[in-house]
Amino acid sequence: MTKTTEKKKDVTILFAGDSGDGMQLTGSLFTNTNAIYGNDISTFPNFPAEIRAPQGTVAGVSGFKLHFASVDIFTPGDDVEVLVAMNAAALKANLDQLKIGGTVIANTAGFDKKNLRLAKYDDESNPLLDHTLDKFRVIEIDVTKMTKEALINTGLGTKEIDRCKNMFVLGFLLWMYNRSMETTQKFITEKFAKNEVVKDANLTVLKAGYYFGDTNETFTSRYEVESAHLPKGSYRSIMGNQAAALGAIVGAKKAGLELFYGSYPITPASDILHELARHKNYGVKTFQAEDEIAAVCAAIGASYGGSLGVTASSGPGIALKGEAIGLAIMLEIPLLIINVQRGGPSTGLPTKTEQSDLMQAMYGRNGEAPLAIVSASSPSDCFDAMMEAVRITVEHMTPVIFLSDGFIANGSEPWSYPKAVDLPKITPRFADPEKSLDDGAYYPYRRNADLVREWAIPGMENLQHRVGGLEKENETGNVSYDPHNHELMVKIRQEKVDLIANDIPEQELAQGESQGKLLVLGWGSTYGAIRTAVREAMEEGHKVSQAHLRYISPFPKNLGDLLSGFDQVLIPEMNNGQLIHLINAKYGSGAIGLNKIQGMPFASREIKERILELV
Amino acid sequence: MENIPTYTAKDFATDQDVRWCPGCGDYSILKQMQSTIAEAGVNKKDIVFVSGIGCSSRFPYYMDTFGIHSIHGRATAMASGLKAARPDLSVWVITGDGDSLSIGGNHLIHLLRRNFDLNVLLFNNEIYGLTKGQYSPTSPKGQVTKSTPMGSLDHPFNPQALALGADATFVARTMDRDPKHMREILAAGNAHKGTSLIEIYQNCNVFNDGAFGVYTDKATKADSTITINEGEPLIFGEDRNKGIRLNGMKPEVVSLDEYSMEDLWIHDSSDRMKATILSRMFDNNVLEGGLPRPFGVFYQEDRFRYEESMQEQLDKAVSLKGEGDLDALIQGTHTWEVG
Repeated sequence: MTKTTEKKKDVTILFAGDSGDGMQLTGSLFTNTNAIYGNDISTFPNFPAEIRAPQGTVAGVSGFKLHFASVDIFTPGDDVEVLVAMNAAALKANLDQLKIGGTVIANTAGFDKKNLRLAKYDDESNPLLDHTLDKFRVIEIDVTKMTKEALINTGLGTKEIDRCKNMFVLGFLLWMYNRSMETTQKFITEKFAKNEVVKDANLTVLKAGYYFGDTNETFTSRYEVESAHLPKGSYRSIMGNQAAALGAIVGAKKAGLELFYGSYPITPASDILHELARHKNYGVKTFQAEDEIAAVCAAIGASYGGSLGVTASSGPGIALKGEAIGLAIMLEIPLLIINVQRGGPSTGLPTKTEQSDLMQAMYGRNGEAPLAIVSASSPSDCFDAMMEAVRITVEHMTPVIFLSDGFIANGSEPWSYPKAVDLPKITPRFADPEKSLDDGAYYPYRRNADLVREWAIPGMENLQHRVGGLEKENETGNVSYDPHNHELMVKIRQEKVDLIANDIPEQELAQGESQGKLLVLGWGSTYGAIRTAVREAMEEGHKVSQAHLRYISPFPKNLGDLLSGFDQVLIPEMNNGQLIHLINAKYGSGAIGLNKIQGMPFASREIKERILELV
Repeated sequence: MENIPTYTAKDFATDQDVRWCPGCGDYSILKQMQSTIAEAGVNKKDIVFVSGIGCSSRFPYYMDTFGIHSIHGRATAMASGLKAARPDLSVWVITGDGDSLSIGGNHLIHLLRRNFDLNVLLFNNEIYGLTKGQYSPTSPKGQVTKSTPMGSLDHPFNPQALALGADATFVARTMDRDPKHMREILAAGNAHKGTSLIEIYQNCNVFNDGAFGVYTDKATKADSTITINEGEPLIFGEDRNKGIRLNGMKPEVVSLDEYSMEDLWIHDSSDRMKATILSRMFDNNVLEGGLPRPFGVFYQEDRFRYEESMQEQLDKAVSLKGEGDLDALIQGTHTWEVG
């Protein structure tokens, strides 16, 4: 029987199963194959907060969403076309994302009485047998049984055999989308190099899944998503946390500084610590501190000593670091604080994404405590934004908060990576023991035209001085309670941050004309969804433009002018309205908010609907 | 070798007026510190004093070295990062009983177990002075203060026992009224490779005057204190006629009229068990008839320093993988070409 191949522009697949089913790995391996094939790609893992939530329940479902295309794409996709459901709970948790006419690939073994009961299907009715899936195409495979049969004489135990079943699904999908098994085979061979039995088992099951598609007469059509016309260049796949870590290492090297990273484990920021800890041969010192406060204080100590001190956390940890960040503002030394935002307040939604710490970044400290804020808009943009954060903290002697979030931290995309030599140099403003003395005296708080003071570190002859959290006297840095001096210093510290605006690029439009009916203004991880929504609206003939902020404190100098070119400004945010407060307060632009606070990124459709209502 | 200038104590004074209350024990500590550091053989450009918050934490302003007056309880954490980044520096943490044992308790124990090579001077006055007289974590139970008009309910911390419990590698006690002893202990702490925890009994003459009077007053000092010296028997008393012997694990005061020197406990600062017993000679000084309070180096051991191990890992990584190449880092392991 002949099998046909149907060409598709883009496909969104959601792999869903128990958190122990290996769906994250299956998704990443399928992603790698497609990336190397040349598709544009965007991914979004979505997992429970518990490491092993109760098996078979909806709470325990782990998902990996992958959007791959022959055109350029910016989001992990709104609606899912193929839902892989390893059990009933995985189906139940994700069916609302599947588009009508989409495909369900169901592991029938995961729909037995026990699984149906755990997934809380009424009266244990089986969605594969009733009318629940009438609007979808259903491919039923007993993955559990097929895996067992493929490994029948290997001597492996039931548990070990069960762990291989994700490879069956992967093999089947590779067949379905006309992809070679090569990349995955290579991965398995390397990963299990020391365990021959497990290696062979995984390879066997992978092939079994592939050939199951090939030989089974039920499956007559395959799909092909051709390679995308991405700009020429060398590519790799990268996740946001990884890109942030690399940006910090490269930034420190470009500044000629040692990187010191003080951190306390917290979701979803811990992967930055893991990544940095792997690169000790780049002189990176990672310090897992006893708590969030110690982490930031150790970073401040390192910066005081002349290293680039970096700390990272998520909202709850940033709250604990607040007092120390205030100290770094008083000391006027470099300090990079990374906040990988998650749903809040309090413990909130640890594994879900949100943009609700912008006000915390701006104002979450006692006293008048301004600092610079840089945000990243996509997984690969974490690298560029981080390089900028390093540049600003080092060259302007101010703490910088780098805002990312769970969505881009764990999401991945192809990255046309730069050559190190092409990246800009960063210049620390170290004091010079030969030149910094004035008539034998040292004035640690004297400043240049940008109001930046020198970085005088221990070991510099004759530059001994004392700093601290008490208010400083202008120039000398001595403790001062003088009322006018305090007012002066508060103003200076604010102006110093404001002046950074002279040292960052003007705000450009991401898409559209510089004047029109509507500007959609965003920041952070909403970039892709806004980009897609605005592009579609433009294609339909609407006068819509997009601007996306990287610099939030200070704003780019021309932002006010840019906003004034539009009748209306729409600000989509994954919070209850934070950037909109800053924009409306500063520019009085009467911007309109679009807010989603569900721990999930925007679908571009949701933004487009609002755009169409407004134009 | 670098040429170290010859210093006197005066070289370490700053132009800032010292603002502690007249009669405060801190003055004596500052003076002994300046003398000790002048003789330590370290260039002042390579010395950093790090403090938290409290009366004692003003200390760095009065030392002509590098200094950070940081935030409450965090000097230990700040100094850890500084020492990790700059193993070459001589780092001194100045802290008080509230700063290090209450708000900063967590950082102190973790500093001690990590064993960075730095010195912690814990000024213990058993009171909160800067906030004007509330009880502290070392105040004896029942102490009447502004915040405890009917007496405090807290069982106090025993700093020596706490430090030993956190596996500190150098634990010592001295007092503000004994300058010579203090200089000896400061020098010994500085010579120790690892974190030196030096507790200094310091009189707050405004809010807790005489807290340690029984140990410092001429009339009572000899019978209520014992100076422990390495390899020497534990002898004390006005007439040097009392000693301490170990009866099993239990220390007992004995009269030298009845016992000979050979029967007495010989101090061995490398013995952790005995150091623990010494640290427990902690009878309430308001009550009479207890064991004398020990002063000196309780315990000392040589253990790996965190910053050295950290550097060893970096060196090892370089020897295994080579000096990091930025392009290799940016590329990662899987790449593909487009166009």
